[in-house]
Amino acid sequence: MKIAVIEKHLGKFRVGIAGAGGLGSNCAVSLARAGVGTLVIADFDIVEEFNLSRQYYFRDQTGLPKVLALRENINRINKAITVLTYQVKLDTSNIPEIFKGCHLIIEAFDSAEMKEMLIGTVQEKMPGIPLIVGSGLAGWGKNEDIKCRKIDDSLYICGDETLETTEEFPPMAPRVGIIAAMQANLAVELIMKME
Amino acid sequence: MKIVLNNREEEFERDVMTVSDMITLKNFSFKLKIIKINGKLILRDNYDSTVINDGDNVQMFYLMSGG
Repeated sequence: MKIAVIEKHLGKFRVGIAGAGGLGSNCAVSLARAGVGTLVIADFDIVEEFNLSRQYYFRDQTGLPKVLALRENINRINKAITVLTYQVKLDTSNIPEIFKGCHLIIEAFDSAEMKEMLIGTVQEKMPGIPLIVGSGLAGWGKNEDIKCRKIDDSLYICGDETLETTEEFPPMAPRVGIIAAMQANLAVELIMKME
Repeated sequence: MKIVLNNREEEFERDVMTVSDMITLKNFSFKLKIIKINGKLILRDNYDSTVINDGDNVQMFYLMSGG
């Protein structure tokens, strides 16, 4: 398939991204470069200097809301992508509203409790919408442990499913980037099969 | 009883078990996890009351912090 045909197809779809940290910012940029037409990005946080070790922001963006900084960065890459931003903390009641109309959702939260909340909410209130979860990205190396697994048509998981971020195993750009790109790669695969 | 756990057939020496029993027997000790039985998400609060039946398809994965 030629790139123009692929981009035309991807351009018709809308992807929700829950969280704009290491996974969310890198995944969003990857999807934007690929040509996914609309990205709905939700995150309450602001860019801080320590985020720059792995998140898709720049030094002059510290202090800005992550969603606005990310929209700016995506616009600089591809002006044709529509980026809808929500600077809110996602919860069980606003998730269905914010991600309404999305063809699939990327889970990109930091905390495991938030991951659990999002999975529960999407599975219950948005049945049939595929959710791509990231779990286990801490540290460095161990390429061979990173995988992508289909639970069923509505739930996929990317990561090593083992390493939790701690002081000993901080999140680092290479491994976070691999898993963010895996999530984006799977999103493209699923969208290419959608009508 | 036999179930399919994460796409592999597993046999348990009992006729009936709850989700909590399976967690104990398999030593799925990590606190945050997602469990689906035949495609249905089982909430944490229902692990004690949800029964796994012979032939059920059970999927389990851990949720690790970091993102």
